[in-house]
Amino acid sequence: MTALDFANRLKAKFGELLSEPAEFRGEISLKVTDAERIVDVSLFAKKELGFDYLVDITSIDNYGEDPRWTVVYHLYGIAHRCYLRLVLNVSEEKSELPTLTGVWRTADWHEREIYDMMGIRFRGHPDLRRILMWEGYPYFPLRKDFPLAGKPSETPEVAFSKPAPLDGGPFVTVPGGKDAIAREPRVRTPEN
Amino acid sequence: MAQTRDIEYRDPAARMAAAEELRDMQGERMVLNMGPSHPATHGVLRIVLELDGEIITKAVPDIGYLHRGDEKIAENMTYTQFIPYTDRLDYLAPLANNVAYALAVEKLLGIHDKLPPRCQYIRVICDELARISSHLLGLGSFGMDVGALTVFLLTFTEREKIYNLAEAISGARFTTSYTRIGGVSRDTPAGWCDGVRTFANEVMVTIAEVETLLSRNRIWVDRTRDVGVISKADAIDYGLTGPNLRGSGVNYDLRKDQPYLCYNDLQFEVPLGEVGDCYDRYLVRMEEMRQSVWIIHQCLDKIPGGFDNKSKEPVKVADGKIVLPPKNKVLSSMEELIHQFMLVTEGINVPPGEIYFGHENPKGELGFYIQSRGGGTPYRMKIRSPSFVNLSILSQLLPGHLMSDTTAILGSLDFVMGECDR
Repeated sequence: MTALDFANRLKAKFGELLSEPAEFRGEISLKVTDAERIVDVSLFAKKELGFDYLVDITSIDNYGEDPRWTVVYHLYGIAHRCYLRLVLNVSEEKSELPTLTGVWRTADWHEREIYDMMGIRFRGHPDLRRILMWEGYPYFPLRKDFPLAGKPSETPEVAFSKPAPLDGGPFVTVPGGKDAIAREPRVRTPEN
Repeated sequence: MAQTRDIEYRDPAARMAAAEELRDMQGERMVLNMGPSHPATHGVLRIVLELDGEIITKAVPDIGYLHRGDEKIAENMTYTQFIPYTDRLDYLAPLANNVAYALAVEKLLGIHDKLPPRCQYIRVICDELARISSHLLGLGSFGMDVGALTVFLLTFTEREKIYNLAEAISGARFTTSYTRIGGVSRDTPAGWCDGVRTFANEVMVTIAEVETLLSRNRIWVDRTRDVGVISKADAIDYGLTGPNLRGSGVNYDLRKDQPYLCYNDLQFEVPLGEVGDCYDRYLVRMEEMRQSVWIIHQCLDKIPGGFDNKSKEPVKVADGKIVLPPKNKVLSSMEELIHQFMLVTEGINVPPGEIYFGHENPKGELGFYIQSRGGGTPYRMKIRSPSFVNLSILSQLLPGHLMSDTTAILGSLDFVMGECDR
């Protein structure tokens, strides 16, 4: 069986809930139209179709579009060696999804990371805390409206209050500033 | 803090009842903070352990001390510019990370099966050198954590030779950044393949020596056998990959299951454990190193163009819109000048789409999910790092073990925080 066969079986079971399977570079994606039913789809994929390994969960910020969040699940069956990608959208007002920790326990940390980085909550998650940033950090840094340099914080005890310096490093030339020869004393000038 | 309360009942029966009530307090739990800076946590992992005497009753791993926001950084630069950042994921096997990332972008471009054969063989050699290097360090520090210091000295001597080879081929010992999208940065230098052959022969001697030091060593066996047992079902459920998964007896190796590069043309075995304890994970790593040496020998025998590439086999795809043109052409030909300019300023123009590529890294499945909306930078890049997922089993694995088993379990899981925290 190929990944497309599995996708078609899922589609036959859930009908309108899933979009037509889309293929790109040999990978099959299915769009789940109702995010609330992701648990049913995953349980069926795991129990009946043998997708026993949840590779990864990812979130995407479609900033400026509606719905704002996209969550991507990568499933794999160790026995039949097929990948399957499930994609679903969540609106910014809702920003909430049912958890998959009851289906695959590896979803625990992946969902915590998404909550930490994007701010999407997972209903029913046993321990939904920040994982990479620290407790009390006020922002969700992977959102597109969060600047690369970081943000000043109004709570200096829990988040540093200066943006990270992005320019002025040894290899960065700032327009109008000194050139590398002037900045870097080890650089050889043409004379010596 | 412990509270003390005197028992003040004259009546013996009442005193007994009161003592019974207080029993929970006598067996009070102690909370021990292990890490983030602890020799056995291999970096900056912190585990909050709750202990009853010497037995762990609860373990809460705390990660993120090395978080640098690699995924955010990737959204703000071209695909080629991100290659040096991949060195800093699993910094014990930078060559393998370079290969994994290049293959992911090439899959998005649709050129992953058009790579020149010589490039594929060089990449496989790099992959396997990285695997040996990572396993050698993992074993060395694992041994040191449970009291076998000599192993560390032996394995580090061998790793030094791998660093020399990495320096010869890429110019850097540690942060190699060797691959480019569509190939490798340069062909093997003169004498490099001979050096790899010599190393492959020498490392077998060291592996055998380590084996005699550990495999039947009573102390080693007592400290690792039946410790940290992960069942098959748990290993899959928690998404473990690499030697940790195969140590539990699950046959899942991306080099066999989703073959990339020229792994289909090479022969090797996938070692599997039976019990899933620390000792099995150790054995799997030992055997994987031997298999890697075998793969390297096959690659050296088969490499197109031979050791010094007399027939001038290409090591990059012949596509001016993906790889940089030769420098002498840039200065003399208009088309190459335009290509050079576009590639450097705008980056490789990648079609819209999304891909996931999983690569069998020394520590497990290193996956890149890239969503592109066209243009030179990814819209979203997710790094699925094996160490992050492998560590998530700790809170389930540690309780019930002795405090001193923590070092053995952590050593056998063989993680790197640079990749876990990204």
